[in-house]
Amino acid sequence: MSGLDKAFGVSPQVLALRTQKLNLLSANIANASTPDYKARDIDFRAAMSTALNESSQLKRTHEQHFDINGATSGAPVKYRVPSQASVDGNTVEMHREHTAFMENAVRYQASANFLDSKIRALRTAIKGE
Amino acid sequence: MSLFNAINISATNLEAQTIRLNTVSSNLANANSVSGSEADTYKPLEPLFAPMLNQAQMGMSNEGAGVKVTAVMESNEPANKEYMPGHPLADEEGFIYTPAVDQAQEAAHMMDASQAYKSSVEAINTTKALIMRTLTIGR
Repeated sequence: MSGLDKAFGVSPQVLALRTQKLNLLSANIANASTPDYKARDIDFRAAMSTALNESSQLKRTHEQHFDINGATSGAPVKYRVPSQASVDGNTVEMHREHTAFMENAVRYQASANFLDSKIRALRTAIKGE
Repeated sequence: MSLFNAINISATNLEAQTIRLNTVSSNLANANSVSGSEADTYKPLEPLFAPMLNQAQMGMSNEGAGVKVTAVMESNEPANKEYMPGHPLADEEGFIYTPAVDQAQEAAHMMDASQAYKSSVEAINTTKALIMRTLTIGR
């Protein structure tokens, strides 16, 4: 990782994982009336520690190789355990999906804000004003 | 993996729920269509929903899957038979046939479909807000 990548901290990984989570939650909401559909989600804590763990990241053997560790291919997906099973085998529970979706969106925006302030700090440092 | 995927996924649901609402309207509109034989009677329509990916792919993909309507099936429910010898459409035994449309069930389908539609519209709006927010990072 170059110095500039480090300056952004975990925010790029967070945004990538939040995007994946948003996709999965959208799919859950879209399939709320599909028989036998199983609701899916990622374990954010586990995914985050994997993304930050150096040993699980790709090593660059040449300095001109691209550093792709910021752009993860996505965390492993898990199935949700429903609190009330429905007769048609669908495990989507709308209230849970809605709250998870909203929470995810707010946290995405929070990360975007952090990224924003880091960029502003960098800019101040460069300009020296 | 991008935020636009989420919009596409939600859009598949808008389409699926629209088809579902169409079948509900069709069933309710034809609930009182009378006919003179069992074969000519309107059969209630039922859309079949399935995820965009098949089951084998679903486990491997880290992405969400949209929804699609694989078929609109005609119900096998036998038509209601009524003895009405005076009816102009009655058969030689005096029976008329009305479709086996369950109005309460159709109303429930309608409510569920409109709720699902609203949910996906909401999801699209939120995703759009996030995309716009992302575009202004560092401004």
